[in-house]
Order: sequence, then structure tokens, then C-alpha cells
Amino acid sequence: MAKVQNIRIGVDVGGTNTDAILMQGSSVRVAIKAPTSEDIGSGVVAAVKAVMDEAGAHAKDIRQVMIGTTQFTNAFIERKHLVPVAVIRIALPATSSILPFTDWPDAFSETVGKNIFLVHGGNEFDGRVITELREEEIVAVAAKINDLGIKAIAITSIFSAIDASMEERAGEIVQRECPGAKITLSNELGRLGLIERENATIMNASLSTFVEEVVGGFRTALKQLKIDAPLFVSQNDGTLMSEKYVGRYPVLTFASGPTNSMRGAANLTAKEQAIVIDIGGTTTDVGVLSNGFPRESSIPVDIGGVRTNFRMPDILSIGLGGGSLIRQGEGGEITVGPDSVGFRLTKDALVFGGDILTATDIVVAAGHCKLGDRELVAHLERDFVARAEDKIHDMIESAVDRMKTSKDAAPVILVGGGSILVSRDLNGASEVIIPENFGVANAIGAAIAQVGGEVDRIFSYAETGRDEAIKLAKKEAEDACIDAGANTETLKVVDVEEIPLSYLPGGAVRLRVKVVGELQEALSV
Amino acid sequence: MQIDLANLEDFIRGSAFLGTGGGGDPYVGMLMLKQVLNDGMQVTLIDPADFDDEKTAINILTMGAPTVINEKIPSGPANVRALRAAEKELGYAVDAIMPVEAGGINASIPLVVGALTGLPVIDADGMGRAFPELQMTTYNVAGLSSNPNVMADDKDSVALITTVKNIDAERFCRDICVRMGGIGQMACYPLTGKQIKDHAVLNTITLAVEIGQSIRIAREDHDDVVSALLRFLESEHVGRVAKVLFDGKVTDLLRETKGGFSIGRVILDSLAGDGAQLEVVFQNEYLTALKDSTPVAMVPDLICIVDRETSEPITTENLKYGQRVKVVGVSVPEIMRSPQALATFGPAGFGLDVDYRPIELLGA
Repeated sequence: MAKVQNIRIGVDVGGTNTDAILMQGSSVRVAIKAPTSEDIGSGVVAAVKAVMDEAGAHAKDIRQVMIGTTQFTNAFIERKHLVPVAVIRIALPATSSILPFTDWPDAFSETVGKNIFLVHGGNEFDGRVITELREEEIVAVAAKINDLGIKAIAITSIFSAIDASMEERAGEIVQRECPGAKITLSNELGRLGLIERENATIMNASLSTFVEEVVGGFRTALKQLKIDAPLFVSQNDGTLMSEKYVGRYPVLTFASGPTNSMRGAANLTAKEQAIVIDIGGTTTDVGVLSNGFPRESSIPVDIGGVRTNFRMPDILSIGLGGGSLIRQGEGGEITVGPDSVGFRLTKDALVFGGDILTATDIVVAAGHCKLGDRELVAHLERDFVARAEDKIHDMIESAVDRMKTSKDAAPVILVGGGSILVSRDLNGASEVIIPENFGVANAIGAAIAQVGGEVDRIFSYAETGRDEAIKLAKKEAEDACIDAGANTETLKVVDVEEIPLSYLPGGAVRLRVKVVGELQEALSV
Repeated sequence: MQIDLANLEDFIRGSAFLGTGGGGDPYVGMLMLKQVLNDGMQVTLIDPADFDDEKTAINILTMGAPTVINEKIPSGPANVRALRAAEKELGYAVDAIMPVEAGGINASIPLVVGALTGLPVIDADGMGRAFPELQMTTYNVAGLSSNPNVMADDKDSVALITTVKNIDAERFCRDICVRMGGIGQMACYPLTGKQIKDHAVLNTITLAVEIGQSIRIAREDHDDVVSALLRFLESEHVGRVAKVLFDGKVTDLLRETKGGFSIGRVILDSLAGDGAQLEVVFQNEYLTALKDSTPVAMVPDLICIVDRETSEPITTENLKYGQRVKVVGVSVPEIMRSPQALATFGPAGFGLDVDYRPIELLGA
């Protein structure tokens, strides 16, 4: 066997399976699926060991390990492993008309609590100071937090996206007064929109103990395999966080699942602009690749009933998958889903000897796929099968059309086990690509991730000038990217968005700039 | 009618519908109301018919940029200070407060102030929907002054503006608003009970609640939500002309900011496969709808773009290529259609070169 060196391992910890792949350069050497274990760690060990064994790789040759996980999302939604949070908002006398937690489901108060501290400070949209930060006020709040025994602290200052200095100063004081506390600052997480950003900050703080356990668990798992390579965790926007960074910002992993699958699809097909359709057993997720990264949602998203506005991919989910139930109404019309037999497909579907008609049965009956026993669906009328296939394709085409941003046909990449449902060209698609290894696109997406930096704040074009403002924003984003571990030579601006603010004079424009780059370590080896 | 936690979401959805694409994020208004209601405060609504002619009320609002409103939350207490300063200037205490606009976040703000002060809120407004500027009111059309125009910020600053023309009040207040941090809490347009009955658009808070209710109930009953909404608007009780102007999907979207407004147009292609197109022009709110270049509805009649399945109102910022929507047109009360009204907030008020024709006379 050829010597396998300079390798990366990508792991995707899903609800059912833990996928692992081993990459060398840009090619996937080995890919495997293993069941996700209760303790996560042993499943990761098993999966990573399996790919290393199959590739004949040694622990010392592994340069990086990248992990994609939905554990933090699930923990928050299920309200498990959360710790009480002290919420400090720097905004008085402003914003008292909506206190923190106003719109949170009551169930969170048992775990996260309702410990709210409003203090003076904050900035205006143009950076002017609303009121100065009162340090003695922060010290007094810190003393109360110590009395409550709370160790997770969320700090949000008004317009901290414009000027983060008050948030940072408050963070220093609290850290000094509350040794060992885990502090989350809102400016490092969210965007403009106080309530949504504060919510994200609280969510993040509530996970601060659990994230230590999880990252520690990953590290222990790797140690068992004698791997001491740097560990990265993939985040919502398709870039990587270092082990240390994820320990501080677990919420940034919340939507990394669909993101990894889209990034994996991009890598498998070398397409930078495409629509990605990920068809699973129950749902189909449709997203858009723009410059190789998922297009982001511009509207707030609810997670576990809490509204936030941090970076999330813009995904349309429809109730269509391999296990979707097929029914015929009285008027002869065919419906598909949204209910599904899910993981019971291999028991309940007709072709596997079950008694439920599923989308998979239709594909087998039509002769597009060999799965189970085709004889068991031979009784389905040809016309019925054809109409059910039309319906399935209609649903996918409609979802694709909704996600497109122009009338022009776009390339479509199909991934996920349910891809067999597509048996013909799709309207609106210039081509339909089903890549090799489409089943482990998630793990590949994690393994190929780059590091990123972003800036999102308001500039005055009247004062700064448009060109200078964009230059400044790019510089800030590039610096953030280098801080995250990128090699300076590889920086690339992937997104510049200008949003003029209505009703404000002086050419106030909200600028969002995103920069990505290759990991420094990846190039040095 | 009361506004309480039970009908709050109906009210917010209805005020978003009446926002006709603009009016600011009603979510912020909902949270402000939720907070005062959770604290046990109450909002008392009064039917204008039950408000004595000699009694007085003043209009309450937030002026500001939507982006700022989402970060520097409107302040209920500052709004109370603006109200008190206006009373001092007037030399009397008002008996009630009221909204200046029925659509968007400003439908909620007076209710918050009503809860904080215990003052009743009159179920009527000066726009019957959302408009972008302070002079675009039925009160202004009737020749009533907006003086005193009082604006307060979070830091106890209070500005008093007295002008001869209401349109100048809009200009001056906008500048002060920016100095105050892009948002200011206002009291203006003091009115008597008689003036309200004669010159306000009546029962619009109730209308917002009922619009939200009809959408919610139709969803719960798995009815066709848009049809149910139209039936409600055309019922004898409401008495509007309401119709689906178009059923289509967004195929093109142009948006730019000019003079502080979000201006643009959205093109929809018919889902019926007949090749028809609808163009909706907006300036913060949806202003005109043209089907194959022929007008089918124009401001001040309401043009609302809603999700074709759920009837959820869609604001201009949330329009996206590919959305499946229905465009609904709704007539406005006669008080909003007089020649003076049309000069103030009809097509001419927005600088559009088209003669107003009521929605019931236009084909769709």
C-alpha cells in the first residue's frame, strides 16, 4: 500500500450515523459510516479508527481533524445540558421597554433562569455614546452574580456591532470579579438587532459547560487513537473554528449540518454556483451555493422557539424523502408526504415486504432503481406510478424555483440517500449532477472547510466615502480571518453586501463583508 | 374590545397586513406589548363613538429608521415624557391617546403608552394603514395642525416643534430624530372627540385584530386563508371592496434607497400559465399595482402582498425571488379618497404621474 501522509480526517456526528472520511489533498481516500454512540466519543473513535485502518494511515500523519456536529443545536432545542445564565445588557436608559427573555418559551426559565441586569452605557447607530459605562455598576452586578453562584454570563451592549469597546470593557471587569466565569460578548456573535443578538448571546452562554464536555470528549477520543493534530469544528457559514474558539462560541455550530452537506457537494463537483438538493428519508433540504458557500438567510430564525439572527444558511425544507407516504385522494389526486416511515423504511416500505406505499416504492416500480423486491410493487398501475413520479418531480422543481434568485437555469447537485427519487432532468436545472460519495457529503464538507472572518456594521458614506468604507470593511474582515488562523496569502473576499439605511441621512450604509482563507497549518505541511 | 395576551398575535398580524409592506417591524411592537401585558398592565380601547365631542386625545408614535428601531428599542417611558410635555404645552391633560397609523409598529406604540399611563386608547387613526410621513394623515387633509410636535429620547431630552405647515413638522422632526440617535418618541396632532369622529379613520385597531383573527381561524380550519380574509373584509361589518389582484410568483425585484426611502418594484409572473405579469411599485409601502401595464390598484387603496398559502403579510424587505404570493387589493374609506386626501397621500402625494382611480373601478 502506498504511504499515506499529510492527511485530514472529516467527521460528521449525526443523530443516526457518524460518518468519517479521510482526505489527502483534495481527494477522498476512504469514507465510512458508523452508528452514532450514546456517549458520542466511542462512535467517533470507532469511525476514525475505521478510516485510518482502511487507508493504512498512522496517527502521526494526520494533520487536522475536522468535526461537524449538531449536538449543541439539539441540546438547546431539547433544553438539556444548559446552565443558568446571568444576562447583562449595557443600554440604560435605552431599551428597558423590552427586557431580556420577553419572548422566550417559559420552559427555559427552569434551566437558563431569568437573571437580568440592565446597566448604563451603549452607543448610537453612528457610534456616538448614549451614556458612559459606569464601572462601579458592573462591579456591583458582578458581586450579585457571584452571590447567585452563576458561572455563565452573556453581555450585550447596544450597537456593539458599531463599537464593541463597552462590551469588551465590561467583559474584562466581570472576568476579574468573577474568576472562572465563562463570558459571551454579543459583538462576536450576532448582527444588528438587539433582541435577536442578545438571544444568541444567552443561548451561547447557556451551552458553556456542555461545550467543554463535548470538545473534551472529542479530544479524549483522538487521544485514544494517539492523534494530537489540531481539532476544528465546522460552523454555520461553512468555515472552521479552532478547538479553543468553539469552546467560546458553540452556537456558531447550530446550522453546520446543512452547510457541510452543501460545502461537500461543492467540493465533490467543483461547482461554485449551484443549487444543492439534499434528499433524506423524511425531508428534502434545498440550498444555494454562491461562490462555493451557502447563501445565508437574511431573516431571523427561530431555534427552540427563540428568535436569533446569527449566520445561518438559507435552506428550504420540504416534506419529501425516500420514506414519504404516497396516497391517492378520492378525486384521484396524488399526495406525497409530509409524513414518512423514516428509519423504518427497510421494514415498512412495500419493496421490503411492508404494507406502506412510499416514494421509494414508486421509484422501484418505475424501474429507475433496484432496491428490495420489485415483484412486491408489480401490482401498481403504470399510470398511477407515472403520476406519482410527476408529483415528486413537481415538488422538487418547485422548491428549486423558490430558492433561485433569477430565471436562468442553474446547475443542480443531488446529495443524500434519497437522491434516487430524481430520475429525469429537472425544470430550471441546466444540469443535474449526482457526485460520487454523495452519501458522506457532510463529512467532506467538514474536512474541506476554510477559516473565515466577517464584519457587519454601519458606515457613513458621506463621511468616509464608499470606496474607503468598503476598503476599511474588507481590511477588518481580513484581519478577523487571519486571527482565525488563515494564511495571509490565501484570503478571498466571498461576499460584500451593502444595505442603505432608510430614513437616515449622511449615506448611512450597513456593510457586510466576508473573507475566507486556507488554514495556515494546511499549507505549512 | 381589549388588546390582551390572547389576541395580541392577531392584532400584530393584522397591523402588519395594514402596513402594506412597510411601517416597521411589528415584532418589536409585539414584544413591547407583551412586556406590559405580562406585567399585569391593561390596555383600554374606546370606540370613538363613545368619546365625548369635547374630550381630547393626542396621537402617539415612534419616528425612526427600522434598523435603529430593531437595535435601540422604542422607549415607552420616553413616549410618556413626550405626552406629558405636549400636555404642558397645550395647558390641559388629554383624556385619551391614539395611533397616527394603523399599520406596522406604530399601531402598537400607543397601546404600550396606554398601558403605562392608564389612558384609554381610541380605536381610530389618521392613516387607516401605514404611510411614511407625518403629514400624510386625514387630520392634515382636514386642515388640523399637528402642533405641538413633541419628540423625546431616552435621555430626558424633549424637543418641541411648532410649525405653520404640518409638512415642515415632518422635516424638522426627522432631523431631530437623527440627532436623538435615529429614533424619537412623539406626541402630536391633539384632537377633540368631534374632530376624531369627523376626520379620523375609525375602528382601525379593531379592524387589525379582526384581520388577524380571520387569518388565524381560517388556518386552524384549513380553509382557503386568502378567500376567508376577503370574505371578512367584504362583510357588511367592514364594508370594504377586497379582491385578489394577482396570484403569482416573484420573478424580479429591484430595490434602492433614495432620499431616505426604500424604493423599488417587484415583478410577479402568473401561476395560471396565462403569461400575465403584475408589477408592484413601492416606496416603503406598496404604492401601485399594474397588471400587464394597466393599473389595477393604487395608493391610498391598500395593496398587500401575502403568502399564497398562509396569507402571512410580506414586507418589502422580506420579498424574495421565487416566493408564491397573492396580491390583495382593499378599498379605503371615503374619507381617504377626497381630492384633498388624494393630493396628500394619493398617487400625486408620492410624485407618481397617474390619476387616482378607485380599486372597484379597475379590473383585475
